[in-house]
Amino acid sequence: MTTASIQPQSAIGQIAEPCLADWRDFVALTKPRVLTLVVFTGLCGLLSAPTSIHPVLAFTAILCIALGAGAAATLNQWYEADIDALMKRTANRPLPAGRMDRQTALHFGVGLGVFSVLLMGLAVNILSAVILAVSILFYVVVYTVWLKRRTPQNIVIGGAAGAFPALIGWAAVTGRIDLLPVLLFALVFLWTPPHFFALALFMKSDYAAAGVPMMPVVAGRRATRAQVLLYSLPMAAVAIAPWPMGLAGVIYGGITTVLSLIFIGMAAQVAASRQDDQAAMKPERRLFAFSILYLFIVFGALVADRMILA
Amino acid sequence: MTTPLRDPDADIRRRQRSRAKVMALILGALVILFYAISIAKMS
Repeated sequence: MTTASIQPQSAIGQIAEPCLADWRDFVALTKPRVLTLVVFTGLCGLLSAPTSIHPVLAFTAILCIALGAGAAATLNQWYEADIDALMKRTANRPLPAGRMDRQTALHFGVGLGVFSVLLMGLAVNILSAVILAVSILFYVVVYTVWLKRRTPQNIVIGGAAGAFPALIGWAAVTGRIDLLPVLLFALVFLWTPPHFFALALFMKSDYAAAGVPMMPVVAGRRATRAQVLLYSLPMAAVAIAPWPMGLAGVIYGGITTVLSLIFIGMAAQVAASRQDDQAAMKPERRLFAFSILYLFIVFGALVADRMILA
Repeated sequence: MTTPLRDPDADIRRRQRSRAKVMALILGALVILFYAISIAKMS
């Protein structure tokens, strides 16, 4: 039995002719799975602040962070439709699959970004709106347009874009930037290289096919594995730092110390691995999965610590 | 056995209807949000 469909299909490497996009395709453009981590870190930044704001304004701040991140993801996909079409992992996204035309994605991304910044500025405060605008521009202009196709340091520098939400959440409540949110920014910034290098190690052939100069493609797997471990060490130091500095208590300090040691152990396993078969790269896949859990638990522990010990 | 081809126009109309419904929901939610923000700012 065969069923004909009007849905355009694209082979890998080929962008199909677009038709009228479904609303689900607009949602897919915002990378909802990435948004969960962005919203969570933003919420933790907001909840760990020493003061509080009206719940409606707190909700609005988190909504603006989500919309801003969605706008950045949309503009990233608008710009990268050609290389997304070359990679198995991304070939079925709305633009390379031909379910939406590029101009619609551009209008949606710009509209969403402008709306999120304006709403943040009008409803919450100017500082959080400015940081939100900087984070969107950083992700789109610095990471996507400037760095991604040019240097293997793309995600090392571009990682700053994903580090802003905690800072925005804190600024939304306090109207200023303090040491703790700066440490949270540094934590996410230093967490990004081991997280994405682990992914790039077992996705190397995809990135190589698309011509993206990720670290394993340019420097090789051995050098990348060493860098996974090298970045894990300052990341762990920054993660634990709020405890001895008196910015967080024993709950945060204990949980973060244990998890950071596990992270370093897993990074050391990656560094010691000599596996070249992508399907058999278990330490890399384990570290990638654990790194997501790590960030969720560390940020969650900070909020729990500040709420319980306060 | 072969099932008949779906009508492309009907499919586009179905998508237009679902997009219009989602847009109506978003606009309704924004009205409520702006109202709530106004109240929160005044309090």
